[in-house]
Amino acid sequence: MTATLPRTSSDSPSTLRGTRRPRRELAFRIALQASLAIAVSFLVVLLVYVVWTGAPRLDMNLLRNMPSTLRPETAGAQSAITGTLWVISLTALFTVPIGVMSAIYLEEYADQTKWWNKVIDINIQNLAAVPSIVYGILGLGVIARGLGLGLTVLAAAVTLSLLVLPVVIISGREAIRAVPNSIRFGSLALGATKWQTIWKQVLPAAVPGTATGSILALSRAIGEAAPLLLLGALAYISFNPDGVLSQFTVLPVQIYDFIKQSREEFVPLASAAIVVLLVILLAMNSVAIFLRNKFQRRW
Amino acid sequence: MAPVTSQPAVTAAGGSLRRSRPRWGERIIESMLFVAALVSVATTIGIVIAVAVPTQEFFQEIPFTEFFTGTRWTPLFADPSYGVLPLVSATIVVTIIAMLVAIPLGVGAAIYLSEYSAERTRKVLKPVLEVLAGVPTVVYGFFALKGITPFLRDIWPAGDGPAVFNALVAGFVMGIMIIPTVASLSEDAMSAVPRSLRDGAYALGSSKMLVATRVVVPAAISGIIAAIVLGLSRAIGETMIVTIAGGGQANLSWNPLEGMLTMTAFVAQAGSGDVPVGSIDYKTIFAVASLLFVMTFALNLLSIRLVRKYREVYE
Repeated sequence: MTATLPRTSSDSPSTLRGTRRPRRELAFRIALQASLAIAVSFLVVLLVYVVWTGAPRLDMNLLRNMPSTLRPETAGAQSAITGTLWVISLTALFTVPIGVMSAIYLEEYADQTKWWNKVIDINIQNLAAVPSIVYGILGLGVIARGLGLGLTVLAAAVTLSLLVLPVVIISGREAIRAVPNSIRFGSLALGATKWQTIWKQVLPAAVPGTATGSILALSRAIGEAAPLLLLGALAYISFNPDGVLSQFTVLPVQIYDFIKQSREEFVPLASAAIVVLLVILLAMNSVAIFLRNKFQRRW
Repeated sequence: MAPVTSQPAVTAAGGSLRRSRPRWGERIIESMLFVAALVSVATTIGIVIAVAVPTQEFFQEIPFTEFFTGTRWTPLFADPSYGVLPLVSATIVVTIIAMLVAIPLGVGAAIYLSEYSAERTRKVLKPVLEVLAGVPTVVYGFFALKGITPFLRDIWPAGDGPAVFNALVAGFVMGIMIIPTVASLSEDAMSAVPRSLRDGAYALGSSKMLVATRVVVPAAISGIIAAIVLGLSRAIGETMIVTIAGGGQANLSWNPLEGMLTMTAFVAQAGSGDVPVGSIDYKTIFAVASLLFVMTFALNLLSIRLVRKYREVYE
């Protein structure tokens, strides 16, 4: 492409960097930096905007009071916060064991040349990219109506579990794959069975990676609004859930409800609720990063 | 799993060292793990059933041609009309705007991270970029509707500015949201390009930009396209941003300054009330959802194939 003849002797070694197109090189580099800068500054502006507009309503009323369409000045989001806690705890209970079990099967047992294992593998990758609203349709048509769970905390948790399951499985598989084979062979050579090897050696070594992936998956579930819209979360809920068969709302859906209100007083309220949501997510992500840095081993 | 019981000890290469008597506990555990892995397959089957059955009932009442060629979408009105084209056109407009933002910025960011940045900068910037993907979409929708659109309407130079609900801002914000998806997968593909290719190009006197644009990008192109296709699928399926900031009226228009109703936004808006099961409204939601599922499903499979292709070449 740019293979040129040797330069004449007037070129000193210091010009070896190439003198042909420094401007274009520089412009290209700046364009690349600009694309990152735009993305990062958008994030900063968004965060500043939300905190700025939400600041007047970041008070205890937000946590203490129930949502209200009549008094946005003092309304809170308590039922949504407790709803989120209920739904996410149940989601974790369902999705983490199933996800880890699937990951163990696919990494330790499955013969990857068999067609059914290939189907499972491709299927998981595809499910990871199915739009969340389609999971809402699954939740409404099959889980809420078909299985008869109704528009409840339980139906929401099952739906969200299926939504984030591929993420849990994929991160679990990566964590298991990162455990070196020498550990497995050592254990097997000492007479341990396959399951003893997995349970006593492989899984403990894979815990940090799996935990990190699961927390990140759950933080995705916390921010989801679309599938839960279809599961009745937009109904006006001014009570905390009292069980898995209770009606519910969650924080992102409550935020959507605040945004839809026409009165201007709802804007700071929505912002303040967003700040609460982002703080929860930030806390979870910090825990995930902490776990990864503290416990991850380099083999 | 292969049967292990009656194999002669000498012949089979792998099975010979196994126990001659099965361990039932181990077998039970293995089958439980297999069942767990089947949950994801059941999910796909569940989705297909969930969309297919009401959709089939929908088409018993509404002719195929009306749905796919009709230009009016007023299913919830007194005088219902079921032409899906306005929803499809709105989805296309928003998706194109989003990709116009996400492709250059995402690929640009990926080239920078993979080819230019120092290891330390990369370690800081990559997680920051990932945060963009972690922000809940309802937050993006809020920012688009209450932050960007009013600002844009204030500074709009001449003529009619964007409407309060419009495709332009919704698409732009969606594009920003998709940057990490495009950037992260593209960067993986570029990092997988062997160093020897770069060194060879440098040895021929190429500059850094030439190595990036004429060697690394072409070598990683299937991975980059996979990233873009995945981003496309995200854009088509993204719901909350368009529901909040895109508008609620079906509108067969290509003008991004107007409000328009995408497929996802229709499903979210019509489905968030308590729609009676079996009513035509209920079936309509599922019919639109099945179109959405088919479109994103095809794109996802294409993306997965492309990723495999580059993995096969370099890994």
